[in-house]
Amino acid sequence: MSDIREVELARDLLAGKEEAFDRFVETFRSKIFRYSFMMCGHREDAEEVSQETLLKVFESFDQLREPERVKAWVFRIAKNACLMKRRKSVFAPSQELSLDQFLPASDQDGGHRKLQIADWSELPDTQVLRAELRDVLSRAIAGLPEIYRGVILLRDVEELSTEETAAALDVSLEVVKTRLHRARLAIRQELDEYLR
Amino acid sequence: MSVMEPETGKPFQDCKELFALLSEYLDEELPPGTCEQIRAHIAGCPPCVEFVNSLRRSVDLLHKLRTGEAPGPLPEAARDELRRAFRRNREGFHA
Ligand SMILES: [Zn+2]
Repeated sequence: MSDIREVELARDLLAGKEEAFDRFVETFRSKIFRYSFMMCGHREDAEEVSQETLLKVFESFDQLREPERVKAWVFRIAKNACLMKRRKSVFAPSQELSLDQFLPASDQDGGHRKLQIADWSELPDTQVLRAELRDVLSRAIAGLPEIYRGVILLRDVEELSTEETAAALDVSLEVVKTRLHRARLAIRQELDEYLR
Repeated sequence: MSVMEPETGKPFQDCKELFALLSEYLDEELPPGTCEQIRAHIAGCPPCVEFVNSLRRSVDLLHKLRTGEAPGPLPEAARDELRRAFRRNREGFHA
Protein backbone atom coordinates (compact mmCIF):
# COMPACT_ATOMS: atom_id res chain seq x y z
CA MET A 1 0.00 0.00 0.00
CA SER A 2 1.09 3.58 -0.49
CA ASP A 3 2.71 4.93 2.64
CA ILE A 4 0.59 7.50 4.42
CA ARG A 5 3.39 10.01 4.04
CA GLU A 6 3.39 9.65 0.25
CA VAL A 7 -0.36 9.94 0.04
CA GLU A 8 -0.22 13.05 2.22
CA LEU A 9 2.38 14.61 -0.05
CA ALA A 10 0.20 13.89 -3.08
CA ARG A 11 -2.84 15.38 -1.33
CA ASP A 12 -0.91 18.51 -0.38
CA LEU A 13 0.29 19.00 -3.93
CA LEU A 14 -3.20 18.49 -5.32
CA ALA A 15 -4.38 21.14 -2.87
CA GLY A 16 -1.74 23.47 -4.29
CA LYS A 17 0.57 23.42 -1.27
CA GLU A 18 3.87 23.97 -2.97
CA GLU A 19 5.86 23.37 0.20
CA ALA A 20 5.27 19.65 -0.40
CA PHE A 21 6.99 19.85 -3.78
CA ASP A 22 10.59 19.27 -2.68
CA ARG A 23 9.72 16.36 -0.41
CA PHE A 24 7.60 14.76 -3.11
CA VAL A 25 10.46 15.05 -5.59
CA GLU A 26 12.97 13.66 -3.12
CA THR A 27 10.77 10.72 -2.08
CA PHE A 28 9.76 9.62 -5.53
CA ARG A 29 12.98 10.40 -7.33
CA SER A 30 14.94 7.84 -5.36
CA LYS A 31 12.21 5.21 -5.80
CA ILE A 32 11.98 5.76 -9.53
CA PHE A 33 15.75 5.75 -9.79
CA ARG A 34 16.13 2.41 -7.98
CA TYR A 35 13.44 0.80 -10.09
CA SER A 36 14.71 2.09 -13.41
CA PHE A 37 18.34 1.38 -12.56
CA MET A 38 17.44 -2.27 -11.99
CA MET A 39 15.20 -2.30 -15.06
CA CYS A 40 17.56 -0.72 -17.57
CA GLY A 41 20.91 -1.36 -15.99
CA HIS A 42 22.53 2.00 -16.72
CA ARG A 43 22.91 4.69 -14.10
CA GLU A 44 22.73 7.40 -16.75
CA ASP A 45 19.51 6.01 -18.22
CA ALA A 46 18.03 5.68 -14.74
CA GLU A 47 18.79 9.35 -13.97
CA GLU A 48 17.09 10.35 -17.22
CA VAL A 49 14.11 8.08 -16.63
CA SER A 50 13.71 9.61 -13.16
CA GLN A 51 13.61 13.13 -14.55
CA GLU A 52 11.33 12.22 -17.47
CA THR A 53 8.96 10.39 -15.15
CA LEU A 54 8.74 13.26 -12.67
CA LEU A 55 8.23 15.72 -15.51
CA LYS A 56 5.35 13.65 -16.82
CA VAL A 57 3.98 13.31 -13.28
CA PHE A 58 3.91 17.07 -12.74
CA GLU A 59 2.66 17.85 -16.23
CA SER A 60 -0.38 15.70 -15.55
CA PHE A 61 -0.68 16.02 -11.79
CA ASP A 62 -4.34 17.08 -11.96
CA GLN A 63 -5.09 13.69 -13.52
CA LEU A 64 -4.20 11.92 -10.30
CA ARG A 65 -7.79 11.35 -9.23
CA GLU A 66 -7.03 9.22 -6.19
CA PRO A 67 -4.02 10.32 -4.14
CA GLU A 68 -4.19 6.93 -2.35
CA ARG A 69 -2.97 5.41 -5.59
CA VAL A 70 -0.09 7.79 -6.13
CA LYS A 71 2.60 5.09 -6.01
CA ALA A 72 0.97 2.89 -8.64
CA TRP A 73 0.35 5.96 -10.79
CA VAL A 74 3.96 7.15 -10.61
CA PHE A 75 5.40 3.70 -11.27
CA ARG A 76 3.13 3.21 -14.24
CA ILE A 77 4.62 6.34 -15.77
CA ALA A 78 8.11 5.17 -14.80
CA LYS A 79 7.57 1.79 -16.42
CA ASN A 80 6.65 3.44 -19.70
CA ALA A 81 9.58 5.85 -19.51
CA CYS A 82 11.84 2.85 -18.98
CA LEU A 83 10.45 1.06 -22.00
CA MET A 84 11.07 4.13 -24.16
CA LYS A 85 14.58 4.51 -22.89
CA ARG A 86 15.88 1.04 -22.85
CA ARG A 87 18.77 0.17 -25.07
CA LYS A 88 18.05 -3.44 -25.88
CA SER A 89 18.04 -5.53 -22.76
CA VAL A 90 21.43 -5.65 -21.09
CA PHE A 91 20.18 -8.36 -18.79
CA ALA A 92 18.54 -11.71 -19.18
CA PRO A 93 16.57 -12.51 -22.31
CA SER A 94 12.80 -12.82 -22.10
CA GLN A 95 11.76 -16.31 -21.15
CA GLU A 96 9.28 -18.04 -18.92
CA LEU A 97 10.43 -19.43 -15.59
CA SER A 98 8.80 -22.73 -14.66
CA LEU A 99 7.95 -23.80 -11.13
CA ASP A 100 9.68 -27.15 -11.47
CA GLN A 101 13.07 -25.64 -12.07
CA PHE A 102 13.02 -24.28 -8.52
CA LEU A 103 11.94 -27.38 -6.68
CA PRO A 104 14.96 -28.30 -4.57
CA ALA A 105 16.61 -31.62 -5.28
CA SER A 106 15.74 -34.33 -2.79
CA ASP A 107 17.72 -37.03 -0.99
CA GLN A 108 16.51 -40.49 -0.23
CA ASP A 109 17.01 -40.51 3.53
CA GLY A 110 15.72 -43.54 5.45
CA GLY A 111 12.70 -43.90 3.22
CA HIS A 112 11.96 -40.16 3.29
CA ARG A 113 12.80 -37.77 0.58
CA LYS A 114 14.48 -34.73 2.04
CA LEU A 115 14.79 -31.41 0.26
CA GLN A 116 18.36 -30.21 0.00
CA ILE A 117 18.56 -26.74 1.43
CA ALA A 118 21.64 -24.79 2.46
CA ASP A 119 22.07 -23.65 6.04
CA TRP A 120 20.28 -20.32 6.10
CA SER A 121 21.07 -19.70 9.76
CA GLU A 122 24.46 -18.50 8.49
CA LEU A 123 22.78 -15.35 7.18
CA PRO A 124 23.40 -12.40 9.47
CA ASP A 125 20.15 -10.92 10.71
CA THR A 126 21.14 -7.30 10.51
CA GLN A 127 19.20 -4.27 9.40
CA VAL A 128 21.85 -3.26 6.91
CA LEU A 129 22.79 -5.59 4.11
CA ARG A 130 26.44 -6.45 3.79
CA ALA A 131 27.95 -5.33 0.50
CA GLU A 132 28.56 -8.90 -0.61
CA LEU A 133 25.02 -10.03 0.03
CA ARG A 134 23.68 -6.90 -1.63
CA ASP A 135 25.71 -7.82 -4.72
CA VAL A 136 24.38 -11.36 -4.75
CA LEU A 137 20.82 -10.07 -4.51
CA SER A 138 21.28 -7.36 -7.12
CA ARG A 139 22.82 -9.79 -9.54
CA ALA A 140 20.06 -12.31 -8.91
CA ILE A 141 17.45 -9.66 -9.72
CA ALA A 142 19.37 -8.47 -12.77
CA GLY A 143 19.47 -12.06 -14.02
CA LEU A 144 15.68 -12.39 -14.00
CA PRO A 145 13.80 -12.06 -17.27
CA GLU A 146 12.28 -8.59 -17.46
CA ILE A 147 8.66 -9.54 -16.80
CA TYR A 148 9.66 -11.10 -13.48
CA ARG A 149 12.14 -8.39 -12.59
CA GLY A 150 9.52 -5.65 -12.87
CA VAL A 151 7.15 -7.48 -10.56
CA ILE A 152 9.65 -8.33 -7.83
CA LEU A 153 11.08 -4.81 -7.81
CA LEU A 154 7.66 -3.29 -7.24
CA ARG A 155 6.27 -5.92 -4.87
CA ASP A 156 9.27 -6.82 -2.73
CA VAL A 157 11.76 -4.00 -3.06
CA GLU A 158 9.39 -1.01 -3.23
CA GLU A 159 6.67 -2.90 -1.36
CA LEU A 160 3.69 -2.01 -3.50
CA SER A 161 0.61 -4.15 -2.91
CA THR A 162 -0.47 -6.78 -5.43
CA GLU A 163 -3.21 -4.39 -6.63
CA GLU A 164 -0.82 -1.45 -6.99
CA THR A 165 1.69 -3.58 -8.87
CA ALA A 166 -1.01 -4.86 -11.22
CA ALA A 167 -2.15 -1.29 -11.89
CA ALA A 168 1.40 -0.02 -12.44
CA LEU A 169 2.34 -2.82 -14.82
CA ASP A 170 -1.05 -3.11 -16.48
CA VAL A 171 -1.45 -6.83 -15.83
CA SER A 172 -3.95 -8.90 -13.82
CA LEU A 173 -3.63 -9.76 -10.12
CA GLU A 174 -3.09 -13.39 -11.07
CA VAL A 175 -0.22 -12.51 -13.36
CA VAL A 176 1.41 -10.45 -10.60
CA LYS A 177 1.10 -13.37 -8.15
CA THR A 178 2.43 -15.96 -10.56
CA ARG A 179 5.39 -13.87 -11.65
CA LEU A 180 6.18 -12.78 -8.12
CA HIS A 181 6.31 -16.34 -6.88
CA ARG A 182 8.62 -17.50 -9.64
CA ALA A 183 10.85 -14.49 -9.21
CA ARG A 184 11.09 -15.12 -5.46
CA LEU A 185 11.89 -18.78 -6.04
CA ALA A 186 14.66 -17.78 -8.42
CA ILE A 187 16.10 -15.30 -5.90
CA ARG A 188 15.82 -17.87 -3.11
CA GLN A 189 17.70 -20.37 -5.21
CA GLU A 190 20.52 -17.92 -5.93
CA LEU A 191 20.85 -17.17 -2.23
CA ASP A 192 20.75 -20.86 -1.43
CA GLU A 193 23.62 -21.48 -3.83
CA TYR A 194 25.54 -18.56 -2.36
CA LEU A 195 25.14 -20.05 1.14
CA ARG A 196 26.41 -23.51 0.19
CA MET B 1 -7.46 -33.00 0.10
CA SER B 2 -4.25 -34.93 0.30
CA VAL B 3 -2.38 -31.91 1.64
CA MET B 4 -4.25 -32.42 4.89
CA GLU B 5 -2.83 -35.89 5.46
CA PRO B 6 0.93 -35.68 5.14
CA GLU B 7 1.52 -39.08 6.81
CA THR B 8 -0.83 -41.09 4.65
CA GLY B 9 0.14 -39.89 1.18
CA LYS B 10 3.50 -39.49 -0.45
CA PRO B 11 5.07 -36.60 1.44
CA PHE B 12 7.08 -35.34 -1.49
CA GLN B 13 4.05 -35.19 -3.72
CA ASP B 14 2.36 -33.03 -1.15
CA CYS B 15 5.30 -30.68 -0.91
CA LYS B 16 5.04 -30.25 -4.66
CA GLU B 17 1.37 -29.44 -4.40
CA LEU B 18 2.06 -26.62 -1.97
CA PHE B 19 4.96 -25.35 -3.92
CA ALA B 20 2.98 -23.08 -6.25
CA LEU B 21 1.13 -21.46 -3.36
CA LEU B 22 3.92 -20.54 -0.98
CA SER B 23 4.24 -16.86 -1.87
CA GLU B 24 0.52 -16.30 -1.53
CA TYR B 25 0.76 -18.20 1.75
CA LEU B 26 3.49 -15.86 3.02
CA ASP B 27 1.58 -12.82 1.78
CA GLU B 28 -1.64 -14.04 3.43
CA GLU B 29 -3.50 -13.85 0.15
CA LEU B 30 -5.02 -17.35 0.24
CA PRO B 31 -8.53 -18.27 1.35
CA PRO B 32 -8.50 -19.32 5.04
CA GLY B 33 -9.22 -22.96 4.17
CA THR B 34 -6.29 -23.31 1.81
CA CYS B 35 -4.05 -21.52 4.27
CA GLU B 36 -5.08 -23.98 6.99
CA GLN B 37 -4.36 -26.95 4.71
CA ILE B 38 -0.90 -25.65 4.04
CA ARG B 39 -0.25 -25.01 7.71
CA ALA B 40 -1.35 -28.56 8.50
CA HIS B 41 1.06 -30.01 5.96
CA ILE B 42 3.97 -27.83 7.02
CA ALA B 43 3.47 -28.73 10.68
CA GLY B 44 4.40 -32.32 9.84
CA CYS B 45 7.07 -31.62 7.24
CA PRO B 46 10.48 -30.27 8.39
CA PRO B 47 11.79 -29.80 4.80
CA CYS B 48 8.82 -27.56 4.02
CA VAL B 49 9.43 -25.59 7.22
CA GLU B 50 12.99 -25.02 6.09
CA PHE B 51 11.96 -24.10 2.59
CA VAL B 52 9.26 -21.67 3.70
CA ASN B 53 11.69 -20.05 6.13
CA SER B 54 14.29 -19.60 3.42
CA LEU B 55 11.69 -18.09 1.10
CA ARG B 56 10.55 -15.73 3.85
CA ARG B 57 14.15 -14.74 4.52
CA SER B 58 14.65 -14.01 0.82
CA VAL B 59 11.68 -11.66 0.82
CA ASP B 60 12.98 -9.93 3.98
CA LEU B 61 16.33 -9.37 2.31
CA LEU B 62 14.64 -7.92 -0.78
CA HIS B 63 12.86 -5.37 1.44
CA LYS B 64 16.25 -4.23 2.70
CA LEU B 65 17.55 -3.65 -0.80
CA ARG B 66 15.65 -0.36 -0.74
CA THR B 67 18.49 1.31 1.07
CA GLY B 68 20.77 0.69 -1.90
CA GLU B 69 21.44 2.63 -5.09
CA ALA B 70 20.64 6.33 -4.91
CA PRO B 71 20.55 8.93 -7.66
CA GLY B 72 23.03 11.78 -7.72
CA PRO B 73 21.93 15.20 -6.42
CA LEU B 74 19.20 16.80 -8.52
CA PRO B 75 20.64 19.70 -10.54
CA GLU B 76 18.88 23.03 -9.90
CA ALA B 77 17.94 23.35 -13.57
CA ALA B 78 16.21 19.97 -13.45
CA ARG B 79 14.35 20.94 -10.28
CA ASP B 80 13.23 24.19 -11.90
CA GLU B 81 11.99 22.29 -14.93
CA LEU B 82 9.86 20.10 -12.65
CA ARG B 83 8.56 23.05 -10.65
CA ARG B 84 7.56 24.88 -13.80
CA ALA B 85 5.70 21.80 -15.04
CA PHE B 86 3.87 21.56 -11.73
CA ARG B 87 2.88 25.25 -11.78
CA ARG B 88 1.74 25.07 -15.41
CA ASN B 89 -0.43 22.10 -14.55
CA ARG B 90 -1.88 23.95 -11.53
CA GLU B 91 -2.70 26.98 -13.63
CA GLY B 92 -4.36 24.90 -16.32
CA PHE B 93 -6.33 23.17 -13.59
CA HIS B 94 -7.76 26.43 -12.29
CA ALA B 95 -8.35 28.00 -15.70
ZN1 LIG C 1 6.39 -30.69 2.70
